[in-house]
Amino acid sequence: MKTVIKASNISKKFKLHHESKEKYVALRDVITNNSKNLFSFKKKQFQRSSQNEIFWALKNIDFEIKQGDRVGIVGRNGAGKSTLLKILSRITSPSTGSVSLKGRVASLLEVGTGFHPELTGRENIFLNGTIMGMSRAEIKKQFDAIVQFAEVERFLDTPVKRYSSGMYVRLAFAIAAHLEPEILLIDEVLAVGDAQFQKKCLGKMEEVSKNDGRTILFVSHNISMIQKLCNTGMLLTSGQLTYTGDINQVISHYLDSAEEINNFYEFNGKISEDQIAYAKSIKILSGNNEDVKEIPVGEPWKIEIKFSVQHNVNGLIIGLGMLNEMDVPIRTSWTIPQNLLPGDYTATFLEDGIYFSPGTYRMLVGISIGKISIQYIDKDIFLHISDVIGKHDLSVVETKNGIFLNQMKMNVIRD
Amino acid sequence: MLEKIKFENKSDKNNWDLIIQPGMSVIHYWNEMWRFRELFYILSWRDLKVRYKQTVLGMAWSIIRPLLTTIIFTFVFGRIAKLSNPGQAPYFLMVFCGMLPWQFFSNALSEASGSLIGNANLITKVYFPRMIIPASSVITSLVDLGVSFIILLMMLVWYEFIPSWHFVFLPLFILLAFICAFGFGLYLTAVNVKYRDFRYIIPFIIQFGLYITPVGFNSNIINSQWKNLLSLNPMVGVIDGFRWCILGIPINWNGVIISTFMSLLILMIGIRYFRKMENTFADNI
Repeated sequence: MKTVIKASNISKKFKLHHESKEKYVALRDVITNNSKNLFSFKKKQFQRSSQNEIFWALKNIDFEIKQGDRVGIVGRNGAGKSTLLKILSRITSPSTGSVSLKGRVASLLEVGTGFHPELTGRENIFLNGTIMGMSRAEIKKQFDAIVQFAEVERFLDTPVKRYSSGMYVRLAFAIAAHLEPEILLIDEVLAVGDAQFQKKCLGKMEEVSKNDGRTILFVSHNISMIQKLCNTGMLLTSGQLTYTGDINQVISHYLDSAEEINNFYEFNGKISEDQIAYAKSIKILSGNNEDVKEIPVGEPWKIEIKFSVQHNVNGLIIGLGMLNEMDVPIRTSWTIPQNLLPGDYTATFLEDGIYFSPGTYRMLVGISIGKISIQYIDKDIFLHISDVIGKHDLSVVETKNGIFLNQMKMNVIRD
Repeated sequence: MLEKIKFENKSDKNNWDLIIQPGMSVIHYWNEMWRFRELFYILSWRDLKVRYKQTVLGMAWSIIRPLLTTIIFTFVFGRIAKLSNPGQAPYFLMVFCGMLPWQFFSNALSEASGSLIGNANLITKVYFPRMIIPASSVITSLVDLGVSFIILLMMLVWYEFIPSWHFVFLPLFILLAFICAFGFGLYLTAVNVKYRDFRYIIPFIIQFGLYITPVGFNSNIINSQWKNLLSLNPMVGVIDGFRWCILGIPINWNGVIISTFMSLLILMIGIRYFRKMENTFADNI
């Protein structure tokens, strides 16, 4: 097979502006900053360097992709996956290096790019299709197939603002699925939409790739989806390409690359006879009791606290607190007060409802009798939620979406 | 849309269809504009269609606005100020002939200058030559000009005014107006991406432009030494041209040459600046 993409030494840098909160420069700021500088000639250079910190979103990336490969690109949030796709699709240009491409490239970085809510389904097919690089003639030829694939025949002449979110996504995908580029770049977008339609899209892409020798680059947090679609992969770690090769190996490298964090606590001091009760060990486990380094987002997890009671006790409470990376308390849970005889016990706290967003959470464990605290364990145990998706039904994993990723119960009804 | 790519067995360096580098080559740019030519049409079509759906009066706006302004100008300049009107055409017609290109210019300029920001969702998600965006804004305004032009034709019938053979040169002056609006628009929209407060300046530029453009009066009433200076404003040549083509009002050809030169200069500066900034749009928007 021939090489269709060859990237040599590409890097992308961003300047981080510390002073201004806004992403863009206001003329006002340029004028005021420059007039400030007028009065401080000496400091000028020093200020420049401290204000603009350079951040490398990608650094020295080299790779080759052969025709017909389905390449899964994996990496943590902020590893540079989207930036890489943006460079390949020419949306931004690299700071150094070059990419050589062979064949027509289409990028699907968003569902329904350019869809206008006021326009009808039919009009949006032409609008979006053209924007994605299809000619009018091609769209006309594919029109019926697109409509059929999207299952929106009845609503073709309805403005898409009246579409349900499912219909909207289906229509957008149907157009994308009928693009016929030699190279297709897909970013995360498949995560939205219902599971059945996702399957249909994956099937279509697989078919296109295998039958017509098209090349697909696919970014997703959904490991099972990547495993299904892709045959080779690339692992990006903080802007660097750390592993390429067979997709299963890439995924296992990815899963192994979790940071070493403390998810286990063991008491190994001396305990006095007077202490009524104390925690001996604390462990974070997956929902089915496996000892794991991190929990995929949306999967159940539990905390197991083994403690000893040395004297008869009334009203013993085990409390569990959880703080995020900014030290903001997220929640606190307590057991109901227990009356216990001396002996060894295990308290288990199970979470299988709330999907916490990816990140590291600090856990606090306290033992108290009534309001009197007798043991307090802090900064010893951390929960790591990873941005790997185990479940199919979770949409895009973005920390910026919030702390909790569960969707609310929603409906839209006509008054 | 794209030419079918031939796959050959050699994988030598010259065989790539596209090489992405930090500073993209200029040679392919115009080819690429041609390849994406359907986008010009579809983006203008979208803007018109959306406007038509969102406003009750839709297309009527491109008639009502120039018409009302023309009535006011005729009253103020023709009746109250009693400015002279060389040529045989009624004052109202003379103003309307100037109003059409001016409305086109001011619409095109305000639409084009905000166009990149308005299409930020496209710019960050898909590639095409960015120049298509401001260009289709100008094309949209051109359609409005066409609509108002029908009104002009109706007026000519109403006033029983028969245009001379100069009429055939009108497309040249429309082209001149297009070049001028597009050049300005390119520059302004690119600046607007970087410095967002520029958008507050644009209505001012348009307002200011109206004062130094002979819309409500005829440039022939200005004495000739000032006239050439005034023609540095490229819209002066366009408006004089419109009046000469449609109403046969005498034209100052020196002024037209100066205006043409200025338009081309503006276009050149606009393209240069736009191309220079283009690679950073997606990062800055």
